[in-house]
Order: sequence, then structure tokens, then C-alpha cells
Amino acid sequence: MLTLDGLSKTYKTGDTALSDVTLSVPKGQIIGLIGPSGAGKSTLIRCINRLVEPTSGKIMLGDVNLASLGKSDLRQQRRRIGMIFQEYALVERLTVMENVLSGRLGYVPFWRSFLRRFPATDIQRAYQLLDRVGLMEHADKRADALSGGQRQRVGIARALAQGPELLLVDEPTASLDPKTSRQIMRLLTEICSERGLPAIVNIHDVPLAQQFMQRIVGLRAGRVVFDGPPDMLTREALTTIYGEEDWNAMRQGDEEQAEAEAEARGRLAVLAQ
Amino acid sequence: MTEITTYKQVWSYRTPRGRLLAWAGWLALVALFVWCWQIMTERTIWAFVQDAPRQAADIGSRMLPPRWPYLSELWAPLWDTLNIATLGTIGGVFMAVPVAFLAARNTTPSVAILRPIALFIIVASRSINSLIWALLLVAIIGPGLLAGIIAISLRSIGFIGKLLYEAIEETDTKQIEAVSATGATGLQVLNYGIVPQIMPAFWGITVFRWDINIRESTILGLVGAGGLGLKLQGSLNTLAWSQVSVILLLILATVVVSEWISAKVRHALI
Repeated sequence: MLTLDGLSKTYKTGDTALSDVTLSVPKGQIIGLIGPSGAGKSTLIRCINRLVEPTSGKIMLGDVNLASLGKSDLRQQRRRIGMIFQEYALVERLTVMENVLSGRLGYVPFWRSFLRRFPATDIQRAYQLLDRVGLMEHADKRADALSGGQRQRVGIARALAQGPELLLVDEPTASLDPKTSRQIMRLLTEICSERGLPAIVNIHDVPLAQQFMQRIVGLRAGRVVFDGPPDMLTREALTTIYGEEDWNAMRQGDEEQAEAEAEARGRLAVLAQ
Repeated sequence: MTEITTYKQVWSYRTPRGRLLAWAGWLALVALFVWCWQIMTERTIWAFVQDAPRQAADIGSRMLPPRWPYLSELWAPLWDTLNIATLGTIGGVFMAVPVAFLAARNTTPSVAILRPIALFIIVASRSINSLIWALLLVAIIGPGLLAGIIAISLRSIGFIGKLLYEAIEETDTKQIEAVSATGATGLQVLNYGIVPQIMPAFWGITVFRWDINIRESTILGLVGAGGLGLKLQGSLNTLAWSQVSVILLLILATVVVSEWISAKVRHALI
């Protein structure tokens, strides 16, 4: 279980990205973090594994306060937190297998990682994960030879290879098309419920968040302004998070898109016969 | 049709002040050229210049035809030259890689102390020509191949170090961030996050420098550091122009081949 207590971040430029965020994520819960650009979603996620140093506050993962750790202890604790990135952030020139195995770096000594001689159990686990995300036959391809959706699957496998207790997911679908986005979100939520993994997912796409998340947290200017189940995300709630906008029109737009997709699928099915 | 009358039809790229400055700039440039021309011609002995075509034709006729049998004496020095270039490049790479990691802003362990030192090493190596390095080293460790190899590698440190540290600084931070987020140590982040990203640049730079080093090592013999240059100096001193032309043609052929190899390798990498 993750508990944030009074987490704040002020950048050197004087911009306050987060102020006094208090939040608790129980085991197995998937939280969608929504909010306008610059609301601090990305900063919040990066403060948790301290890719960004928080200015003040507590980050309790289990009974460890991540905010107060020294460099080497932090490294040990980072193994417990898997992270999935917006533009996949795979090491492009390494193979898919190396990318997945890089999730084990925190557990193996340098010489093993340097010679690519990982323990047999790590390799077995990596194959198992590649099979789970449906990329078994791509193991020895270079990461930059894969499509966007496939790369994000590798990103998921890398995060899971760590054997994490928490997933931080930063805009997992921002560079993907609508169909692949939904596949990736479905895969993520399935995997989280299989393993009882809690996850915090930054997401721009409100309908997508409502479709897949169990709980929505709305950030505005670094503060939590909404916290509740997706069906409580009313027009008033969206206005508090994003400001005034014609929400019904946006929903209509999304329905139109879904209809268009269904129609296209139908046409493809006809063609395939 | 409605006539547009309220908008101006005139637009100019420069402001009047900018136009004036541009004209002044061109005028200054012309004046500088005239002045330089005057200084240059003042010190020229025109008799020699008028004589130039005749002299060139004279040397040309002495160079032709090349004395091809002399080629048999050149294979050993050519082999020396290739060795100087190749071993010098390898030595340079070994010294340049750590310097590059110390000089790159994102990998240096200390911005305040080690980075300036690394940058100084790079500048010092780059500012001194291979021929001058060789001159110094022949004086220190005596004439021969070793002086040539060390001269080439000392000169290569700066070139490889500078290009490599720029490549390190241009690496994609997201990939590095992702590797550090797994709990990897600093060395592992270097090995998995940074090294794969700079490998194409590294091989490209190394082969490019090897290609340059072949060219540079052909003349190192002029100061006694071994290789083809030694033969070139000997032939020039004895006014054996038909041998000079053989050596020049051989250097040309070698450079063409090395450039072809380097282009092929770089093409394969990118």
C-alpha cells in the first residue's frame, strides 16, 4: 500500500508543481490521475520513485518512507516500483529481451548484467512475461523494430520483471491510436488484477479513464480537487478539474469515434470473408 | 469585387537602419579586401610568380614518368604507416573514452573539478598538430615508429573525446531515466542506458579518425617518426622527382582505399 502525506514539489524556477497532496492507494487498486497539462500529474508520479525530488512530505510504500532514503537505499527501494512511460522509453538499440531483463538490473551484480549472463530464473520469468504480453516470437528483435503498441507491451514486461509492488504509469497511451490504446489499457488492468498490483495511471483521455479505472483522482494546479469512483465524475466535477468546457459535446465526439471504429471493424470483417 | 485599400502594399525585409548597416558592412569588407591585397602584393617577388608556370612544368616533367620499380622499396614503409595509423587510433580511443565520460555534463562525476580537467585535455590535444606532437616525441623518445604511434594517439584523444562527449550529452534522457527507475546502479545505467545509444557514434567517430590518421601518418616521417614520410623526405632531399611522384600516387591510392573503407563502415552503422 502506498500513502502520500502532504507531498509538495516546488521547482528551482519557483513554480509549484504539487502542493500538499495526500493520497492513499490500497492493494490492487488502479487509480487514474487526470488533470489539465501542467497540473502536476507527471511530477506526482516521478516524485514517488524520486526521479523528481519532492520538496516536502512523506511517501510511504509499506512501512518505508521513500522521501527520506539515501542514494543506495533508494536504489534498493526502486526495485519495488515498476514504471511505464509515455513514449515507451525502451533502450531502442537493445533487443526486446535485453529490455525486459533490464528490469532485473537492481537484483544482479554488474558483471552479470555487463556480460548479459542473467540467472536462469530471471530469464525464465522474462520469457513468461513476454508470453503474457504476446511478444514471445519478438524476443530477439531490436526494440526499435517494433510497432508502438508492441513497444509499450515490452515496457509493461520490463516493469513487471522487477517483481514490483506498485506500478507507476505515465500516459501509457498518449502515442498510440485509439484501438491500440484500449488494448494496452485492457492488458494493464488485467495484469494488475491478476497480481493484485496497485497502479497510478496518468491519463489525458477522460473517457478512457472512466472506462478502465476503479478510482479517479483529479489534479488541478498541483492540488487534488477530485477523488472518487468514475461514475461520480460529473460535468461539475470535470469543470472543477479542467475549467469550463462543453463536456457533452466531447462525450458525443467520443461516441462518434467509437461508432466509427465499430463501423470500420464491421467493414473489415466483411472484407475478410 | 471589393478593393482592398486600407492595407499597405509595401513590405521590406530590413528596417531602414538595417539596410544602412548592411551596406556599411559590405563596404567595410571590400575595403578590407583591397587593403589585404595591397599588403600581399607588396611582399611578393613578381619574378618568381611570373616564372611559376615554367617551374611547375619543369618539376612536372622530372616527375614523369614515375619510376615504378621504386614501388618495391615502399611496401615496408607503407605497412609501417598503416600500423602507425591503426595502433595510434586504438591507443587514442583507449585514452579518449574515459576522458569523454568525464567531460560529458550528464556522466561526469564532478562538474567543478574533473570536467574542466577533461575539457583541458581535449583542447590541449586538439590544439597541437600531429606533426608537432611527432616533432616533440622524436626529440623525447628518439626517431622511429613508436614516436609516430604516440603522436597519432595523442592527437586523436582530443578529436575522439570531443565528438564522443557531445554524443554522450545528446543521448535520450528518457531511456536513461527508465533504466535508473528499475533500481540499477550507476555503472549499470551507463552500460544499459547510455552505451547502446552512443555505439553508432562511437564506431563512426573511430573509423573516421582512423581514416584521418592514415593521411596524417603519411607525413610523420618528415620529422623522423617512420613510415612513408621518411622515404618522401629522402627522395625530396636527393631531388629524385620521379620517386616523389610514385610516393604521392601511393599515398593517394592508400587514402582513397581508407576513405572507401571508412565510408562503407559508417554507412553500415547508420
